[in-house]
Amino acid sequence: MTAKIAYDDVEVGTELPAGTFPVTRAALVRYAGASGDFNPIHWNEKFAKEVGLPDVIAHGMFTMAEAIRVVTDWTGDPAAVVEYGVRFTKPVVVPNDDEGAVIEVSGKVAAKLDDRTVRVDLLATSGGQKVLGMSRAVVRLD
Amino acid sequence: MALDQSFVGRSYPPSAPYEVGREKIREFAEAVGDANPAYVDPEAAEALGHPDVIAPPTFVFSITYKAAAVVIEDPQLGLDYSRVVHGDQKFAYRRPVRAGDRLTVTSTIEAVKSMAGNDILDIRGEVHDEAGEHVVTAWTKLVARAAEEA
Repeated sequence: MTAKIAYDDVEVGTELPAGTFPVTRAALVRYAGASGDFNPIHWNEKFAKEVGLPDVIAHGMFTMAEAIRVVTDWTGDPAAVVEYGVRFTKPVVVPNDDEGAVIEVSGKVAAKLDDRTVRVDLLATSGGQKVLGMSRAVVRLD
Repeated sequence: MALDQSFVGRSYPPSAPYEVGREKIREFAEAVGDANPAYVDPEAAEALGHPDVIAPPTFVFSITYKAAAVVIEDPQLGLDYSRVVHGDQKFAYRRPVRAGDRLTVTSTIEAVKSMAGNDILDIRGEVHDEAGEHVVTAWTKLVARAAEEA
């Protein structure tokens, strides 16, 4: 593990560079194939609406994968992440157009813990609404 | 109908080994649009101290989720999967998943709750490599929404 951020250089409140992650229908189809999650609510508009959703929604795990990129881009080594958890509070609705949706993620150091680890709290929103709750990672720094 | 509390603590036999391939990791990293070279370039991964390319943090869910089917499809438990949504997800990593790993998952029901007619199921998946070393633990909360009364 070789994080490019030093534990001694961060403080509680240190902000990580934010990320903006687009999500289109095509991205969801690719993610379905790569992850093996073929639930039709993630690609079939008719099915999604029949089960009461406004439209096709992104996989929660897709959103979770995008959110942690703010941390792994910051540390360089993805192995610096020793814990990562989220609550799926609101689905990311992905319309069938060229734009799709956008997931915006920011993060800041919320606590310095023992063993050269820090807790990073992430905020993930789409269309101005929070889509992940309790989104936290514990990260080991050099 | 509320799920049976006696299932709390029940563990299921480990899943068949899943062999993690370099190209599968590449496919996953590309699908989430992540260009971190540690996912695709063995030399870049080595420079970070890893023996081979590593997987993005959430990659392992594809393996633990499939393994959790043993719980979800347990006819004795009687979960209505058509009404299930993913509530929470958490991982604790001992080390990253990497290409060449042969991983097995042991699923355990950690908690069963009923709230306002919803069934809530917490499943813990312990992931081990071929040598029996612990790699990662995944906690998955599934919520089966209450069925509308006819």
